[in-house]
Amino acid sequence: MIPKPQLNDFKNIGYYLGKIIIGIGLTMFLPFIAGFLLFNEPNPALDFLISANITIFIGLFLSWLCKTDKELQAGPAMVVIALSWLAAMALSAIPLLLSAHYKSFLDACFETMSGFTTTGLTLVQDLDHLSRTHNLWRHLGPFLGGQGIAIIAISFLVGGSGSLKLYLGEGRDEKLVPNVMHTARFIWAISLVYLIFGTLVLGWVGMSIGLKPKSAFFHAVCIFMAGFDTAGFSPQSPNILYYHSLAYEIVTIFFMVIGSFNFNLHYQVWTGNFKELWKNIETRTLLFVIMIVTLLTMVGLNKLGVYSDGMIMFRKGFFQLVSGQTTTGYMTIYAQQFVNEWGDLALTGIILSMALGGCACSTAGGIKMLRVGIIFKALRQDMKSAMFSPDAILVQKFHHIRTMFIEDKQVRAVLMITLGYLFLYGLGTFVGVALGYPLLNALFESTSAAANVGLSCGITDTSMPAILKVTYIIEMWAGRLELMSVFALIGFIVAFVKGK
Amino acid sequence: MVLSLALIVSSVNCYAQTSTSLDLINNAKHYDGKTISYKGEVIGDVMVRGDHAWVHVNDGIIAIGVWAPKTMIQDIRYAGEYHKKGDIVEVSGIFHRSCPEHGGDLDIHASVIRKITSGSSVIQPISRKKVYIGVFSLILVLLFYALKKFI
Repeated sequence: MIPKPQLNDFKNIGYYLGKIIIGIGLTMFLPFIAGFLLFNEPNPALDFLISANITIFIGLFLSWLCKTDKELQAGPAMVVIALSWLAAMALSAIPLLLSAHYKSFLDACFETMSGFTTTGLTLVQDLDHLSRTHNLWRHLGPFLGGQGIAIIAISFLVGGSGSLKLYLGEGRDEKLVPNVMHTARFIWAISLVYLIFGTLVLGWVGMSIGLKPKSAFFHAVCIFMAGFDTAGFSPQSPNILYYHSLAYEIVTIFFMVIGSFNFNLHYQVWTGNFKELWKNIETRTLLFVIMIVTLLTMVGLNKLGVYSDGMIMFRKGFFQLVSGQTTTGYMTIYAQQFVNEWGDLALTGIILSMALGGCACSTAGGIKMLRVGIIFKALRQDMKSAMFSPDAILVQKFHHIRTMFIEDKQVRAVLMITLGYLFLYGLGTFVGVALGYPLLNALFESTSAAANVGLSCGITDTSMPAILKVTYIIEMWAGRLELMSVFALIGFIVAFVKGK
Repeated sequence: MVLSLALIVSSVNCYAQTSTSLDLINNAKHYDGKTISYKGEVIGDVMVRGDHAWVHVNDGIIAIGVWAPKTMIQDIRYAGEYHKKGDIVEVSGIFHRSCPEHGGDLDIHASVIRKITSGSSVIQPISRKKVYIGVFSLILVLLFYALKKFI
């Protein structure tokens, strides 16, 4: 028998959801202030004042209406997380809709879900005339969502044991330090230090390639936020191709790669444990996978003679590949060139890199390197046990911060999540094919959405059917939360309908 | 005399057929290395690199990078952004699907840039409606926040 959720459960969820919504509303004051003081864009700034007020009012009302002292349990915490991402999508879409650069509220919601989940697929109209205030918000979304929407609330608004459950519900199962609030604050500290460093470096490179100082630093802050947080948004329509600069591409690759690293790995390096960089199963798997997909892509590009020069082929191929592997989505070619020029083999290499993704507990999406590494190790253990005597006891170890033994329970959990991702990739592909798109194109775009990548082969466009927009929104949302919180929400709804 | 006639004929020819950005990108192999004509609004930043510069021209769909000598872009005064409507230009030049000079970028090397319409600054007066809604909603939030403590 499924127990039906009680009024207290709803209040519990509403109270914490309200707190998170207040947090989202408060972040809208950043573009409001920047719009007035830095960019001289009063109307766009006012869009954010209005949106912040609406959001904060809803948050205050919800937390007042559902006020409770009851501690948040694991199940409801996951429901809070799942709902808070939907609330963030809808409420953050208000200022974008007011910009008049989106054809519908659904398009604006698509953009914010894409931003918060660090995907980077975009439906903006006339991006090159979008105000800097709105552009800042587009890029701030990945910076906030990459670290985690709940992380904002945990850092400043929510205390107690509820914060731990919220943290775990957001697709993160590793604490850097014993206290979850300190963990949240450390994640912010890492991100802010990198933000300052990244902005300075990209700003300097920007000026050296001909951007005016104000423009160079605006581009730098946007490109850093969307690069480190593996989102792939850019302030101009040609994306990274806009800069026509090898130096800009190299710096961007660096930030994409470190953005896809586990925050726990950052913590180890920051505390002087540099050996962890090489010993960690995730970095090793990432290196191995990048080598395999690079080979596959280069063979594909070379076979078709897409690029006349080897260096050019490597530059174009490797950039797109790292962008896909780190689930960023930055591009130095136009979306249509993937389909028209790259050929099936190179495209398969990119799809594979997107599907496998970056590291766990990072801003990257996809199946994740930790899981890929564990599956590989478990497979090796099974092969060994088939070769040796049945009485032989074989153990398989892996190193991730500390050395651990692989257990069946762990492998089962890893395989479940992996299957979940494969299902998501398949879901979007099925809908795409049903709507008349070619299979490989549909698979490419679906994998890009579900793995929170943002590379596009041209399907994502305002003219695509609404059902496909909704499918991609669901894929981005479920992919970012690693499905568990979404399952918890579905379970909660089922319990409410069928429970006694 | 013959030379000047040839120049006039070639300049007329190069504006004969204007391609769109989608046409160029979708049929990049076909246009690769050919002289094309492309029309649109100058957007973003004019990035000067030595005696040349990058200019981005958006035809309403997407922007394509145009590599041009600095002397050729002296007429460009407005590049489109939120505060500005950019100059409308017609570019004639060689289209590259994967430019060997620029790391494989899809670009146009301009031989002629003709300004068709001059851009302008876009002055947007502060929307009174937005000010009223913003201030009213702010008061509402502050009032609710204050009252919440007593309810």
